Amino acid sequence: MKLPVLLLIFATHLPPGTAHIGQHVGNFFSSQHTNNWAVLVCTSRFWFNYRHVANTLSVYRSVKRLGIPDSHIVLMLADDMACNHRNPKPATVFSHKNMELNVYGDDVEVDYRGYEVTVENFLRVLTGRLPPSTPRSKRLLSDDRSNILIYLTGHGGNGFLKFQDSEEISNVELADAFEQMWQKRRYNELLFIIDTCQGASMYERFYSPNLMALASSQIGEDSLSHQPDLAIGVHLMDRYTFYLLEFLEDIHPASKTNMNDLFRVCPKSQCVSTPGHRTDLFLRDPGSVLITDFFGSVRKVEITTDAIDLTEPARRRDETAVSEERETEQLSYVDQLPVSEIIHQKPKQKDWHPPDGFILGLWTLILLVFFRAYGVKHLKHIF
Amino acid sequence: MAARRHSSESLIVILFSLSLFIVINAQETTQTLGNPDILVDAKAEVPETPPEQEKQWEPTEVTETTRVEDAPVAAESAPPAGTTDSTAGAQRTHGKEDFQEELVIRPLHSGDIYASFQFRTLWETDFMKGNKVSHYRLFPKSLGQVISKFSVRELHISFTQGYWRTMQWGQPFLPAPPGAELWVWFQDTVTDVDGTWKELTNVLSGIFCASLNFIDSTNTVQPSASFKPLGIGNVTDHRFLRYATLPREIVCTENLTPWKKLLPCGSKAGLAVLMKSEKLFHSSFHSEAVHIRPVCGDPQCKSTSWELRQTLDVVFDLHTSGQGKREWSLFKMFSRTLTDACPLASSSKIYIDVTDNPEGEHFDLTPATPLLSQATVLGDRRTFSVYDLTQASTFGTMRTFNLQIKWKSTKGDMLRPLLHAERYVAGYGLQTGEIHTLMYNQHPYRSFPVLLLDSVPWYLRLYVHTLTVTSKGKDNKPSYIHYQPSKDRVRPHLLEMLVQLPPNSVTEVTVQFERALLKWTEYTPDPNHGFYVGSSVVSSLVPSIVAMDTNNTRDQPLFSSFFPTKEESSYFIRVYTEPLLVNLPTPDFSMPYNVICLTCTVVAVGYGSLYNLLTRNFQIEEPSPGLAKRIANVIRKMRGVPPL
Repeated sequence: MKLPVLLLIFATHLPPGTAHIGQHVGNFFSSQHTNNWAVLVCTSRFWFNYRHVANTLSVYRSVKRLGIPDSHIVLMLADDMACNHRNPKPATVFSHKNMELNVYGDDVEVDYRGYEVTVENFLRVLTGRLPPSTPRSKRLLSDDRSNILIYLTGHGGNGFLKFQDSEEISNVELADAFEQMWQKRRYNELLFIIDTCQGASMYERFYSPNLMALASSQIGEDSLSHQPDLAIGVHLMDRYTFYLLEFLEDIHPASKTNMNDLFRVCPKSQCVSTPGHRTDLFLRDPGSVLITDFFGSVRKVEITTDAIDLTEPARRRDETAVSEERETEQLSYVDQLPVSEIIHQKPKQKDWHPPDGFILGLWTLILLVFFRAYGVKHLKHIF
Repeated sequence: MAARRHSSESLIVILFSLSLFIVINAQETTQTLGNPDILVDAKAEVPETPPEQEKQWEPTEVTETTRVEDAPVAAESAPPAGTTDSTAGAQRTHGKEDFQEELVIRPLHSGDIYASFQFRTLWETDFMKGNKVSHYRLFPKSLGQVISKFSVRELHISFTQGYWRTMQWGQPFLPAPPGAELWVWFQDTVTDVDGTWKELTNVLSGIFCASLNFIDSTNTVQPSASFKPLGIGNVTDHRFLRYATLPREIVCTENLTPWKKLLPCGSKAGLAVLMKSEKLFHSSFHSEAVHIRPVCGDPQCKSTSWELRQTLDVVFDLHTSGQGKREWSLFKMFSRTLTDACPLASSSKIYIDVTDNPEGEHFDLTPATPLLSQATVLGDRRTFSVYDLTQASTFGTMRTFNLQIKWKSTKGDMLRPLLHAERYVAGYGLQTGEIHTLMYNQHPYRSFPVLLLDSVPWYLRLYVHTLTVTSKGKDNKPSYIHYQPSKDRVRPHLLEMLVQLPPNSVTEVTVQFERALLKWTEYTPDPNHGFYVGSSVVSSLVPSIVAMDTNNTRDQPLFSSFFPTKEESSYFIRVYTEPLLVNLPTPDFSMPYNVICLTCTVVAVGYGSLYNLLTRNFQIEEPSPGLAKRIANVIRKMRGVPPL
């Protein structure tokens, strides 16, 4: 069953001529990762921050299009823009003015939303320290062969990023979280992108290996918005992510575009701010790192020449004996509002309490014994 | 994932070849076969019901009018009998499964359109008593595993956006409060109910992409009488019941996506192709729900089947969006038309409520349908035009089905709902307030009992001694009151009472409350928006106009068969009030910053100047001489005389 699938994958990667096979196989296995994950976070609440939700959703749309499944994407949106009452077209989030591109789509899965988007939850997702009953869709189940894309957008300042206008994460906390991830072997390589004011301050404290970071603006610069729409009434995107999306729309799973092309996205003439990047922690040459190493997904392929027998008859358990005995009891539907039963139901059993007469009698007895023993004349010694 | 898709593809291929085989067989036996398309659902175990036999299927069928000119068509499309035998053999290895889909459309008098999708998967299996179920066909595996793992006996979950306006729209088929509602009956083998409940809400929040993990002990209650199991079973100990609402829960596409994935056909075929989120959320009311319960597997109720019922209710405001024209079609509502039924469904029908339009004086339906059916819904006998999507003739030569209604007049009166309820907060200021709940009995001469359930968060401290229940200006003493006081940060108030509503009256329940101060970190990021209090639930036995059908095991249209009926004279409904939005006293969150600034200023100015005073040495400075004196001194210096 697996064989046709993997043949198909190889067929797409190997051209018909076999002369370049060696070279192509080299490309195919150049990255050492076996799975891809993405954590995409919008940290802003309120309608006027529509553009931050659109930013995050446009990256979500790109990584999903390039093959990362929903189960490997942790999407955090701090507010609901799509079904917001101010949205003139419900269930849509547009990234281009005149409502050209709906980045919300028809099969989005948001994992953390609304009040759930907190600094604590974000750090817990990164470090994997979540309560045991957390569902799989809310976890980052990466390993030491995972390439992780982390995208953040919101309002920030020099050295911090605000979450929901009520708390903030600092660049030191973020750097420590990545170090913890590295020590726990939760990633192979990590690409960090942030679109916020003074974004470069967020990655300057990083110290863990295999990190590559991009930011939309340098320290002291603001990131600016783009695409105002008259019908929706707000800006639809931020400049940096707008041009990033434009760049990513041209990428397809077999693209050979590398990170150096990504660094050239949105020059100062378009962005107004100066996008920054940091590669000194990254061990490979950015020119050899494909965009699809982070934005796309690898499929694990194993080749076997052994024949697998799938025709083994499934053993059926003997369930008849169990079901027979259970069927003896007659079942029926319950009365939905049993009025007389409710009225006449027994009041709840109270804890046992001695009867009032008993307590009164006990005190009488005590006083009686006291007066018998000491008499009235000794009262003055007591009081 | 690839493997699963592959297996389903191969299954479809096998089934298609099987159906092809049947088609060939059938064409040998019956020459008059109209269209092979109807045989696609050879998979379904219940055989195709020809329209002549519809009387068996429809429960409260009184009149079956088949127009003369359409009769031969209906007879032609009857499937060959061979279908049943071949499929029944294949099904025997697996518990009997059945899937039905329905779309009910009711034109409302306000000009809106109420569309209700109903999907039901019935599975003759047993999740009880730790029975391991490993092979799934139509029933979604994700929910099956949840039922087994957490020993759930019944699960009811709904996500709703908007408020159902009972006075304008009448009663919905299945009521739901705004936001999210979840109530679960656990099996009596569960020892740690609270722990299981917490884990279950976490898992469900993952399945439905919702913030159900915010359900904790502060918003969970155990109603003593309001929620009884809707499925079969004899245990009704409310220790195994948990009920919670999240009135602020957002409902959007991300909730609809996983909901659609639970359907056997997904949104690829059948009625579910109509579910485009841009249209479904551009509406006045949107509610999606999942109900799982054990039901009778046979008419004698000796065996149990598990029922998964998925419903989606939408009210479209076509009157305003259609520039005042009262015309609608499936395409206008959903921006899609139908091309086929779900091949896995044993029945796939569209019902249009034509009760108010017996002679076609109010609106015209195109295409017309020969089938009419009657069903008792919410104490009233309604007439429906039925379109059977499993019949190829429904789609006509264009192979597409776009139902249209053209209105002729806008007259007509709605039957006023016999019961409705509303609620509001009264009072002023940020310290105290009063909750008013109004329950209306519109019946002219019958009184009936209602059970009111109120679950109020702990930060509104109810003054229970101020509780009053009055109807028609007189005190109306509840015959049953269950009150559980709240504990700060642990559990909410629970108030349940059974009240008899006199005929044609308004009953008002008032209770005063005090607003508590929260801790600094307990406020939400947008505290000035206010805090929500969930809807009150009014459960009631309303006198019925027509005799209700008390046989709950008989096949009925899905929309009319949810609440089991015990007696003929009344029917059970649940009515939800509006959720409340209450302002709490909100501190100035920049206060710590202000305090720091102020303290620093005081320290800098006060202490600084004092320190300055204490550490400085003072010297007496000689006053500088005046200008004339200085000039005189300069002259004296030049003369060599000592200065002045």
